[in-house]
Amino acid sequence: MTDTDILVEVRDLKVHFPITRGVIFDRTVGHVKAVDGVDLRIPRGKTYGLVGESGCGKSTLGRALLQLTPPTAGQVVFDGVELTTLPAGRLRTMRRRMQMIFQDPMSSLDPRQNVESILTEGLQTHGIGTDRNDRRRIIGETLDAVGLPRWALSRYPHEFSGGQRQRIGIARALVLGPELIVADEPVSALDVSIQAQVVNLLDELQDSLGLTYLVIAHDLAVVRHISDVVGVMYLGALVEEAPSDRLYREPLHPYTRALMSAVPVPDPDVEDRRERILLAGDLPSPANPPSGCRFHTRCPWAQPTRCADERPALRPVGASRVACHWAEQIAGGELRPHAVSAEVVRPEGEGEAPGVVSAPSEPGSYV
Amino acid sequence: MALLEVDDLSVTFTRRGQRPVRAVDGVSFSVDAGEVVGLVGESGCGKSVTSLAIMGLLPRQPGLRIGGKAVFDGTDLLQLDDRSRRDIRGRDVAMVFQDPLSSLNPVIPIGLQVTEVLTRHRGMKGAEAGREAARLLDRVGIPDPKRRLKEYPHQLSGGMRQRALIAMAVACKPRLLIADEPTTALDVTIQAQILELLKELVRDSGTALVMITHDLGVVAGLCDTINVLYAGRVVETARRRPLFRQPRHPYTVGLLGSVPRLDAGRGERLNPIPGSVRDVLPWPDGCAFAPRCSRRVDECVGEPPEMVLTHDGRGYRCVNPAPLPGVTPAADVRATAPTAAEPGPVPAQAVPDDPPPAPGLGPAPHEEEQP
Repeated sequence: MTDTDILVEVRDLKVHFPITRGVIFDRTVGHVKAVDGVDLRIPRGKTYGLVGESGCGKSTLGRALLQLTPPTAGQVVFDGVELTTLPAGRLRTMRRRMQMIFQDPMSSLDPRQNVESILTEGLQTHGIGTDRNDRRRIIGETLDAVGLPRWALSRYPHEFSGGQRQRIGIARALVLGPELIVADEPVSALDVSIQAQVVNLLDELQDSLGLTYLVIAHDLAVVRHISDVVGVMYLGALVEEAPSDRLYREPLHPYTRALMSAVPVPDPDVEDRRERILLAGDLPSPANPPSGCRFHTRCPWAQPTRCADERPALRPVGASRVACHWAEQIAGGELRPHAVSAEVVRPEGEGEAPGVVSAPSEPGSYV
Repeated sequence: MALLEVDDLSVTFTRRGQRPVRAVDGVSFSVDAGEVVGLVGESGCGKSVTSLAIMGLLPRQPGLRIGGKAVFDGTDLLQLDDRSRRDIRGRDVAMVFQDPLSSLNPVIPIGLQVTEVLTRHRGMKGAEAGREAARLLDRVGIPDPKRRLKEYPHQLSGGMRQRALIAMAVACKPRLLIADEPTTALDVTIQAQILELLKELVRDSGTALVMITHDLGVVAGLCDTINVLYAGRVVETARRRPLFRQPRHPYTVGLLGSVPRLDAGRGERLNPIPGSVRDVLPWPDGCAFAPRCSRRVDECVGEPPEMVLTHDGRGYRCVNPAPLPGVTPAADVRATAPTAAEPGPVPAQAVPDDPPPAPGLGPAPHEEEQP
């Protein structure tokens, strides 16, 4: 694969949010490492899927990629242009080429703008279209592409059903003719039968317009269905990245295995015969992540050596990239899983005595 | 006689100047001890209202009418007065709600909320109740329960809150547990933990469980009998294997076809149901699903289709159901052949003959059970 095929390249991206305390002087007492060193490349015309549980930093990564949240460190190269150091004006013109679809279609559409106004706004900002009629034509074509009727133009978002609202959101992203679309949980707020319509629509648009997607979702089945390459995130870092077929057939990282075995499959035969890897406890706090491999506190394969003190790097194993010291041994069956008991997870700075109850609005209580 | 017999339950909301809304329209099902019954459907199909009506939790307002019967162990829950209903609720029948944060009181410590049930129904007090509450939290898998008892809901993670709710629900060893979307607000790994916990409860204490969910995957792993709801009526009812192997109602077929599957390939188009849940026909005018149905015929409109009951407790409400595999002549020949072990074709989305083993597993034990 040559470099010209890569549309987006992310190098060692970090997004840290400061935790501050105090009323007058905001002392920074720590950082929530929402994204902590992510490398990924998205080839042009392909779909990259990001999965992970809530709080793993997948949405923050998507936003940082579009520079909606300024990254703390690292580089984002979009079609050869480094975005993190780009002046605001140039960045704005670049935004035309990268758009976002949000999770909740109701709260991401202005209830007091009608559909025409929602769709025209971006065109005016970027100076697309010569006059009103030209813009109308562009909007009309976009509506056709997403499967909305022309009479939708004069309506307001509340007059549409959830699936149609999501189509408006897609049309808003599409009307500018972008190359990259970051879709953050595009279907999770929709009913099952509507989900399929939107997933199919995204697929069709990619085929006809050659779009590149970064799809962020917690639903592994949706991501697998729509993606060419899937990255699995855990506590701010990628733990595994593989072509979607391979990720399902041969998950290498213990976390991916657990995640896969937890997804319910609508087929009683599969459900009954498969073995489940139940993880103990919850996600540790990203403000105070475990040392070494971040997953070692919940990992059924954790070993006494290396896991707790050496952070594994993402390294190629076969066609996948995996961040586990023991990936080969686990895949080969040399290491057996063992029981892990749930332990109390809470950030270090919050370690009040058991008898004391902290105030409800304790800053830094991210768990 | 089943533990809970819901017979022709209907809930109607009327408001002045508007058409009455029949949220639940003649729903009947029964649950035995140790059995898991699923109510499946999309938003607005009446699955939650059904559970709230059974529990007597619908807000009492002038426009509300509840009809039918919900007989629990000989008493009709819908006819009880408030006092005796409160005696049953929490002791014999308990409920787990969808959003654990909004169903726990944010200003009362977890411990007090758990012991409340113990005090009300089991007459425990003080240290005894505290010990029992800690034992309950421990049973549902909350680490360090003594300390958690003193904490407030916001200090617990989502999964732990849901566990605390389940601990409250099982505090009095109820004979019937109603779980309304208990895992929808949770991540998949936590969802797996909670489902495993519910399975254990059913297995160990013989609790009957009514599972309300929109997730067909959850149903496939948990439920014995499944009722599919659409626009307030049960459109199909079946044991779980026949339902997934041979769905008869076009809505069930459509639902199964629209779920992306982990074991399907990239790029296969899904088969969505056209339109949205808003496009319903009122039941008296015909089949509510008719406007979205791909198997629609003229008989669908005019009068509501009756529930067609077949063998083994199966039933579907459709005049033109999806064909059973084995009805066409070619399939008949194959069915009589001794190699009939392969599952028949399922409309819309086929169950693969040999599903690939789930990830990270050794060879799975082969199961010979056939529908």
